[in-house]
Amino acid sequence: MTQQTHPYSIELEGISKRFGAVQANKNIDLQVPTGTIHGIIGENGAGKSTLMSIIYGFYEADSGSISIDGQQVAIRNSQDAINVGIGMVHQHFMLVENFSVLENVILGAEGGAVLKQGMDAAREELKRLEQEYSLDIDVDAIVEDLPVGLQQRVEILKALYRGAKILILDEPTGVLTPQEADHLFRILKSLKEQGVTVILITHKLREILASTDNVSVMRQGEMVAHRETSKTDKEELAELMVGKKVRLKVNKDEAKPEQTVLSAKDLSFFDGQGVERLKKVSLELKAGEILGIAGVSGNGQSELLNVLSGITPMASGEIQFAGQTITASEPKNAAQMRDLKMAHVPEDRHKMGLVTGFEAYEAAVLGYHDSEAYNGSVLMKRSAMLEECNERMAAWDVRPPNPHLKTANFSGGNQQKIVIAREVEQNPNVLLIGQPTRGVDIGAIENIHEQIVKLRDAGKAILLVSVELDEIMALSDRIIVMFDGAVVGEVSANEADERTLGLMMANAWNEGQGAQA
Amino acid sequence: MSQAKVPAWVSVGLIPLLNILLAFLVSGLVFLAIGEDPIEAAGYLVYGAFGYDEGIGYTLYYATNLIFTGLAVSVAFKAGLFNIGGEGQAYIGGLGVGLLCLWFDSSLPLLVIAPLAIIGGALFGAAWAYIPAYLQARRGSHIVITTIMFNFIASSLMVYLMVNWLKAEGVMSPISRTFEESAWLPYMHDIFAPFGFDIGDSPLNLAFVLALLCCVFYWALVWHTRWGYQLRTVGTNPTAAQYAGIDNAKVTIWVMLISGGLAGLVGVNEIMGVNHNLLLNFTAGYGFAGIAVALMGRNHPIGIVLAAMLFGALYQGGAELSFEIPTITPEIVVVIQGLVILFSGALENMFKGKIEGLFLRKAAA
Repeated sequence: MTQQTHPYSIELEGISKRFGAVQANKNIDLQVPTGTIHGIIGENGAGKSTLMSIIYGFYEADSGSISIDGQQVAIRNSQDAINVGIGMVHQHFMLVENFSVLENVILGAEGGAVLKQGMDAAREELKRLEQEYSLDIDVDAIVEDLPVGLQQRVEILKALYRGAKILILDEPTGVLTPQEADHLFRILKSLKEQGVTVILITHKLREILASTDNVSVMRQGEMVAHRETSKTDKEELAELMVGKKVRLKVNKDEAKPEQTVLSAKDLSFFDGQGVERLKKVSLELKAGEILGIAGVSGNGQSELLNVLSGITPMASGEIQFAGQTITASEPKNAAQMRDLKMAHVPEDRHKMGLVTGFEAYEAAVLGYHDSEAYNGSVLMKRSAMLEECNERMAAWDVRPPNPHLKTANFSGGNQQKIVIAREVEQNPNVLLIGQPTRGVDIGAIENIHEQIVKLRDAGKAILLVSVELDEIMALSDRIIVMFDGAVVGEVSANEADERTLGLMMANAWNEGQGAQA
Repeated sequence: MSQAKVPAWVSVGLIPLLNILLAFLVSGLVFLAIGEDPIEAAGYLVYGAFGYDEGIGYTLYYATNLIFTGLAVSVAFKAGLFNIGGEGQAYIGGLGVGLLCLWFDSSLPLLVIAPLAIIGGALFGAAWAYIPAYLQARRGSHIVITTIMFNFIASSLMVYLMVNWLKAEGVMSPISRTFEESAWLPYMHDIFAPFGFDIGDSPLNLAFVLALLCCVFYWALVWHTRWGYQLRTVGTNPTAAQYAGIDNAKVTIWVMLISGGLAGLVGVNEIMGVNHNLLLNFTAGYGFAGIAVALMGRNHPIGIVLAAMLFGALYQGGAELSFEIPTITPEIVVVIQGLVILFSGALENMFKGKIEGLFLRKAAA
């Protein structure tokens, strides 16, 4: 390859992409200077991942152009992207777990029918790459035996082996320990010194400030700012990231919190890969208040909801609820928690809250299907279920009010009303509610918010999880911020503003406190 | 989100019919290839299956077994489980029926033995399904693999038991002694005879009524009880089931018990209704054919009865066909059955997309 003379290794011009009604990318321009580390920061749904998927050929842009080293290129699939020197390290690794490092690296680039030749050549090449970029790794190790930090290194090697001159990393530190993350940034620095251009996508301000040369901020599908990292600070970035939003208005009086109805102490949870998703989370929930949990999604909120509602067992810690002590050795499942009058509107209604193949009146009893109200001695009381469903559909204005329609055929807002009505009408003492208005149209949002406040005013305790900062700020009486599985801050709703919350969500508030501890 | 829907008659009527038609067309080509007239052959097949009283009796007798195994496969499928072990469960179910008949045939009247044997057959079948179910639910062993393997174990176990323990004295083949008549399930033609109806002698017996009752049981269980609600939730959305506090493992186990029990009832038809002794290989592939029946019957009892009758007709009409046209050997009949399974089971979706698209476009226009 000839020496690059062009100042920008990658240039985007007017990239737009629409999915149905959602404009995921709006007229994006981006210039990444050769041999630099470029950060792209933004909230969930800001369009970062869509943009990177366009660069890597997973999606084709509706309009706009991509130039590599000044040459306009057409990237229709990931092979095209690899051919022009783009490598991608995904948030979720794309490795064959029971293959060795070497086998994974040459996958798709085996070089001929006889494996041995390709393997030997690859071994030599890998040795060179390892030395050049100081990426030491045992090429014969089996991938599943490696810690995640090293698995990520395999992904980087894979990209370099294919001749990547531009390396894109999507939320690379999400699965890493702080030490592993530090090591990663050292590797990225040495890559940069060797002339590789690195694009780093993250929502963590600290990482951006510590490791990048330039940073671009995305918000709601648009590129809102480009900054030289040395000439900006976390406050400015947080504000750019969150934006000055029109404040969502919810009519509500001052909360009158009463006794604590649920308290959680030191809840921990590990996922299937052994990654600690909840780190000693403690919280107290009082009757008559709405406790909002803010945070970029994937920072432990879903796990918290699942542990509190009994869907997944905790690893350690303790929940006090309804006079019961729930621990890892004395767990309660979701049905038992429901019996203690805890209701739960899950974050993902398609995956969890509904059975989309069921008719509405059937989905309207999910979780309460064992209740006396719906059962005779053997058969279910279909007429009672239908009657109740009709009443609720009228009360909650579900459209169309047809209890026999399959739940899949309702719009998102109406599906959500079916779920919320189901949970709220059971008159619970505690309501866990996740992303109450995700994918819900404006009119329904207002209605749902009103119902949540009404429930609070009736003296119920409500735990609200949402990635919509507006919603958290509009509804909550008290706000807890989660980052990386831990609670990193708490503010009362009156004191909360976008900037403070934005900084907390990016873990850039109060150096040295919180998750790193 | 598309609101348009394909009319029900298209998905449960037109598409399966087209698939069967195609299977028969290809079968016609097979007949042509061996130099026989396909029209004539089809005539014999239909006449053999439905043309006279005895033929109909045989068709329904075969269908009885297929309804049991079809329901067995289907109920497991509703919970997202693929029970390939109907053959083994039917075999062991038959063992249960046979043992009870051998023990009680000279001491108890039919009115007591019949319910005992029915419960016994179901329990034995269920017990045989329990082990794979437990392994799936608690140990994560894939149920397709374990149920297949349990078919072989059942087969070997039966050979061992028949040869070493249950063989009647003084016979050279591995069959038990014949039951006393008090342990014979009445034939339909015997039941109808006192009323002046002559429906022709066939092996069709009271087990057919039991099969129809099982269809009602299936319908009530799956769509009208909380257990059915749970099993459908587990089958369509296991995450939602977890959210609802439904114990997936528990559901897996009891659904397989029901599935195995239904398959075990094949023994009532075969052992108590027809053979009147215990013998080897009476299941004759009904367990496997049940998979095709369930698929073709769209996992609905009415569909399963219709599909079971189609396969029963193929068994019976096929036998007639190879009797009338000697060049059409029983193996060719198996080929036809195979083609029906291929087109209605394995290639079920071949036309589905196109035809549904056609109707959706028409609806949109």
